[in-house]
Amino acid sequence: MGMTIAEKILAFHAGKEEVKPGEIINAKVDIALGNDITAPIAIKALREMGVEKVFDPDRVVLVPDHFTPNKDIKSAQQCKMLREFAREQGLTYYFEVGSVGIEHALLPEQGIVVPGDLVIGADSHTCTYGALGAFATGVGSTDLAAAMITGEIWLRVPESILFVYTGKRGRWVTGKDMILETIGRIGVDGARYMAMEFVGEAITDLPMEERLTMSNMAIEAGGKTGIIPPDKETLEFANARAKRPYEVFSSDEDAHYARVVEIDVSSLEPVVALPHLPENVKPVSELPEITIDQVVIGSCTNGRIRDLRQAAEILKGNRVHPNVRLIIIPATQKIYHQAMTEGLFDVFLSAGAAISTPTCGPCLGGHMGVLAEGERAVATTNRNFVGRMGHPKSEVYLASPYVAAASAVAGRIAHPEEVI
Amino acid sequence: MIEGKAWVFGDHIDTDVIIPARYLNTSDPEELGRHCMEDADPDFAKKIVKGDIIVAGENFGCGSSREHAPIAIKAAGISCVIAKSFARIFYRNSFNMGLPILESPEAVEGIKEGDVVRVDLSTGTIENVSSGKSFKAVPIPPFMQELLEVGGLMPYVARKMGLEVRR
Repeated sequence: MGMTIAEKILAFHAGKEEVKPGEIINAKVDIALGNDITAPIAIKALREMGVEKVFDPDRVVLVPDHFTPNKDIKSAQQCKMLREFAREQGLTYYFEVGSVGIEHALLPEQGIVVPGDLVIGADSHTCTYGALGAFATGVGSTDLAAAMITGEIWLRVPESILFVYTGKRGRWVTGKDMILETIGRIGVDGARYMAMEFVGEAITDLPMEERLTMSNMAIEAGGKTGIIPPDKETLEFANARAKRPYEVFSSDEDAHYARVVEIDVSSLEPVVALPHLPENVKPVSELPEITIDQVVIGSCTNGRIRDLRQAAEILKGNRVHPNVRLIIIPATQKIYHQAMTEGLFDVFLSAGAAISTPTCGPCLGGHMGVLAEGERAVATTNRNFVGRMGHPKSEVYLASPYVAAASAVAGRIAHPEEVI
Repeated sequence: MIEGKAWVFGDHIDTDVIIPARYLNTSDPEELGRHCMEDADPDFAKKIVKGDIIVAGENFGCGSSREHAPIAIKAAGISCVIAKSFARIFYRNSFNMGLPILESPEAVEGIKEGDVVRVDLSTGTIENVSSGKSFKAVPIPPFMQELLEVGGLMPYVARKMGLEVRR
């Protein structure tokens, strides 16, 4: 029996010829990642065990991105803990404010994660790297601690679900709409404990940045990873930045899937996920008038240069509605710089948007745009749970950069065509 | 043996509800425990008595990988969580840091808020003392059983590496 790409990567890292779903394996990790919220617990655990050295200073990556630049004294203490640990251990990949970006935008951009990797990260959106043809999954701080010490992780080999995307996308349909539609169809636990594999002509057509958006939200369907087998696009992206040699894996013809889901993207429209679950997906065209107070364009889901260009396409020559605060957050310093040189900042500033330094900030209600009671936001982020962006009685609507920018102009959730 | 009063929640209780991100600027268990389930029930941490049990629907703990979620539940005084199903990362985290969790759709259907529930972790037996009904939890995989027996992932790693955990 053949294996899926997920099974092959796991087998390779477990030093086995073959693995089967349900089997528990011990596998070597290529990268173990932590951030300013999750790493402190892991560092404490290492200290308690009297561990003096991490398994490999090139492979333990610390990215203080959530509450940075430090939003309060406690956050500053947590970041200080990461900084001191990174210095003491001589970590190659620790990023200080000024070079830091949102982890899941930063690691692919810097070529720290490469195709074929097994990556564990103490952050649920670690699944983003699946877009590179890596097996990447979110874990907790204790799992991170164990991997930092041993360089290994225990994993249950997941069943895989194959998602086949056919057809050609319409003008305003992005990877974000494709993944929201997918979550809408299978539900927030539709891929619980499973690997999601995305294939088909509409994936081949999708640029890397929008693939990263799709893999990023696999966790929103409960997925363990959201993997895209490498193709020309992947190799071009990887070759331009890979910090290490890499291995390319692909699924066998006779690989077994627990389920196959087919989605014809030519019939899709721009969609939003209504509060309070990412599965509450509706086409923008079917919504009643929903007025909004804030729009956030950024995050590990949609804060890359292509996302900012899409937002600028809509905002050019337009003004943000007087009742709306538009906050744009380039996900990394490189993206920030690029957006500035390309003239996107002129468009944003002329439209009346605020531009922030890279941070996860408002996505999880941390800082830089927290919502008050009764407020409503459209965000290009990944979760719209109760209280996610602030007050428990605030609301978050998830959308693509096109829809988010159009809504900022209209003052209500709007289709891009309404404002362009 | 665990015994406590049941607090019942619905499906898809996410980690933002279990412990809102606004409190993640610390990993102090006591402080996290004070805000446990705050956005679902602002007085939850005050109302519960040590040993009480959370009973919930499908996909409990979905969302973020924050281990602060099981830490907050445990520190609040909850002795165990019984759900129809658990989200994957929360499931791992609970075993790794030592919060007992049990999967049992039947038990969840058969327990009302306020019922007194008795749990035998070694056999996976869940007894609704108030109604007199008994249920079985989905068995824990052997490897997870081993983790529980040594007291979580860190002691497991310590044993493997010949280290000692200092707490």
